[in-house]
Amino acid sequence: MSDPSLTPIHSETPERPLSEPVLSVRDLIVEIPTRYAVLRPVDQVSYDIAPGEILGVVGESGAGKSMTGNAVIGLLDRPAHIADGEIWLKGRRIDNLRRDQMRAIRGKEIGMIFQDPLTSLNPLLRIGDQLSETILEHLPVSRAEARVRALQALDEVGIPAAAERLNSYPHEFSGGMRQRVVIALALCAEPSLVIADEPTTALDVSVQAQIIALLKRLCREKGTSVILVTHDMGVIAEAADRVAVMYAGRLAELGPVAQVLKTPRHPYTDGLVGSMPMASAGKERLRQIPGSMPRLGSLPDGCAFHPRCPRAETRCRQNPGPTLGADHGRAACWFPVGEVS
Amino acid sequence: MSLVSVRNLTRVFDVSKPWLNRVLERLPKRYLTAVSDVSFQIEENKVYALVGESGSGKSTIGKMLVGLLPPSEGGVEIRGVNLASEQDAKTIDDIRSDIQMIFQDPYASLNPRWRVGDIIVEPVAARGGDTTGLASKLLEQVGLAAEDAQKFPHEFSGGQRQRIAVARALASNPKLIVCDEPTSALDVSVQAQVLNLMSDLKDDLGLTYLFISHDLTVVRHMADTIGVLYLGRLVEEAAPEDLFTTPRHPYTQMLLDAAPRMDEIGREVEPPTGEIPDPINPPSGCAFHPRCPLATDICRERRPELRYVGITRVACHHTDAA
Ligand SMILES: Nc1ncnc2c1ncn2[C@@H]1O[C@H](COP(=O)(O)OP(=O)(O)OP(=O)(O)O)[C@@H](O)[C@H]1O
Ligand SMILES: Nc1ncnc2c1ncn2[C@@H]1O[C@H](COP(=O)(O)OP(=O)(O)O)[C@@H](O)[C@H]1O
Ligand code: SF4
Ligand code: SF4
Ligand SMILES: [Mg+2]
Ligand SMILES: [Mg+2]
Repeated sequence: MSDPSLTPIHSETPERPLSEPVLSVRDLIVEIPTRYAVLRPVDQVSYDIAPGEILGVVGESGAGKSMTGNAVIGLLDRPAHIADGEIWLKGRRIDNLRRDQMRAIRGKEIGMIFQDPLTSLNPLLRIGDQLSETILEHLPVSRAEARVRALQALDEVGIPAAAERLNSYPHEFSGGMRQRVVIALALCAEPSLVIADEPTTALDVSVQAQIIALLKRLCREKGTSVILVTHDMGVIAEAADRVAVMYAGRLAELGPVAQVLKTPRHPYTDGLVGSMPMASAGKERLRQIPGSMPRLGSLPDGCAFHPRCPRAETRCRQNPGPTLGADHGRAACWFPVGEVS
Repeated sequence: MSLVSVRNLTRVFDVSKPWLNRVLERLPKRYLTAVSDVSFQIEENKVYALVGESGSGKSTIGKMLVGLLPPSEGGVEIRGVNLASEQDAKTIDDIRSDIQMIFQDPYASLNPRWRVGDIIVEPVAARGGDTTGLASKLLEQVGLAAEDAQKFPHEFSGGQRQRIAVARALASNPKLIVCDEPTSALDVSVQAQVLNLMSDLKDDLGLTYLFISHDLTVVRHMADTIGVLYLGRLVEEAAPEDLFTTPRHPYTQMLLDAAPRMDEIGREVEPPTGEIPDPINPPSGCAFHPRCPLATDICRERRPELRYVGITRVACHHTDAA
């Protein structure tokens, strides 16, 4: 545990969700033992998600976004494992469940959408059958009823001539249509949470816009909460209610999307936002963050961002940045941007 | 004279099934027109950007420009020399060394078994040129250290590898660099480093770029002229300010509307309809008509020619209404 006397006082405290959170992640640590050292791709991550909320998760590749999501759904690849912390889903602790118990939750309570739709689809099964089976597995309905729901689900995600398409195989769809099918699959058992990991990264701009609009609409209608993992700040700005910025396995900043993007507090967020070639900006040089994110095996002492940080001081080199709790503070930083230190 | 003059450039790929399948299944031959009748010019020390969605023909044009792929029709002239028809070996060799290419994936484009120094000077060494001190000079020019010449690619981050690719492209002292999605595989904070480096080099060395990207904000930042491609055809060409403030082609309009924007928090997008059609059987007339809100009968029947509206070129029957 970090020394409480080092916890900084923040000028603003984001409002806590009024209702019981759908998901609570508390001080989550994921470790990977290797021959040389124990790596920590996720280090003391905490957040809550309210019902119907879209939480964006951004950060460079390797920041730990996917690992955090995979830990929540119990899909960490060995030897990666949860070393500490707790995960609560609708008041039930799920990080210590058995494999089969977790399997029952995946698909039923938590839907999943990945970057490559083919990882979620069985190439040998007609999509109507895949949908019906998922529905049958998780909902107490008859085979005929499952079939009707499968059709509804396809229709809802905007697959034209859905009745005929029930008999198609995944390879007969375009990339964008496949991702729609995956969304139908993720939502058909009416989960309370969907984890979408880079759902539009492989898609074209126009199809990406369709998929994002679809996700937003469906989740709004059904009250589903979403963890939207992406490295695209534009997607976050348009889709997310709050955003969590990850750097080197830790939460750097967490807050309402407008606040974080417009008045970033963490120097990394500030640098990230500033380095975007913005639509409105001219030809002047882009602001750049020097260097690159350290590898897990060679994290610097203190705050992992300090070698790249323009605000770094001695304290940053000696003490890891403060940890962001689910209920306090926006930036895990000793000297946040825009605050007098 | 323009440095690069692309005239009626066309590239058709034979995508038929293997001969035996064709005979057994009685299938006809199938052709995919990846690039169709594309013409544009690039002025010296300018950045010409090509944008378009996946499969629009950007990389195919880039490869034809550097001579990695022969055109089916039309051609590319560099400084008035057509590489495909030029006979003089010395002229061809000179022009070739004036053009270099940088690819999207800095992991795949560098030979993992070679030392960085050897990778960088290879284009010069292959032509029997003098490489003394070249690697160190180039490494420093792209913001790395001379000692890095002794290391292997895996010891570098994505952004650093793309710097190495830039250094290699600079080795033969080129005039033109074709950059195919040079920052698409990089993280935003690192992308800014590489884009700044490319801008600096352009100013310092008088370089000219063909800059290929699907990212409109990057293109707007870098380009002097932007060409928008749809299904292998140039549908609009304009200066960045014009393209972003008054897009003339309905497809350009659609792209601009669909692109996620960091400055419009919570924006509700009315997403575009449809997807890019099958390039093997493109729609009749204007290929954009199945998705176009302005389409009329003439659009289904006749293909619009690229024509000037002011200094913008646009291929649309109803462009004044756009
Ligand atoms: N060697 C090839 N054989 C057959 N078809 C090809 C070949 N190379 C490209 N194509 C096709 O030509 C079209 C244009 O491809 P190209 O790679 O130029 O697109 P692009 O605009 O660079 O797309 P992306 O954004 O995905 O890189 C596509 O339909 C592609 O499938
Ligand atoms: N099986 C593994 N063994 C060792 N390191 C891993 C493994 N899987 C992921 N990592 C590391 O964990 C970190 C976080 O990865 P990930 O969550 O996939 O990042 P992101 O999704 O943010 O790009 C990275 O540094 C990655 O290299
Ligand atoms: S804790 Fe220090 S080094 Fe880390 S981000 Fe804040 S100011 Fe920079
Ligand atoms: S020619 Fe017709 S279909 Fe094509 S872009 Fe113009 S209005 Fe639309
Ligand atoms: Mg990931
Ligand atoms: Mg390409």
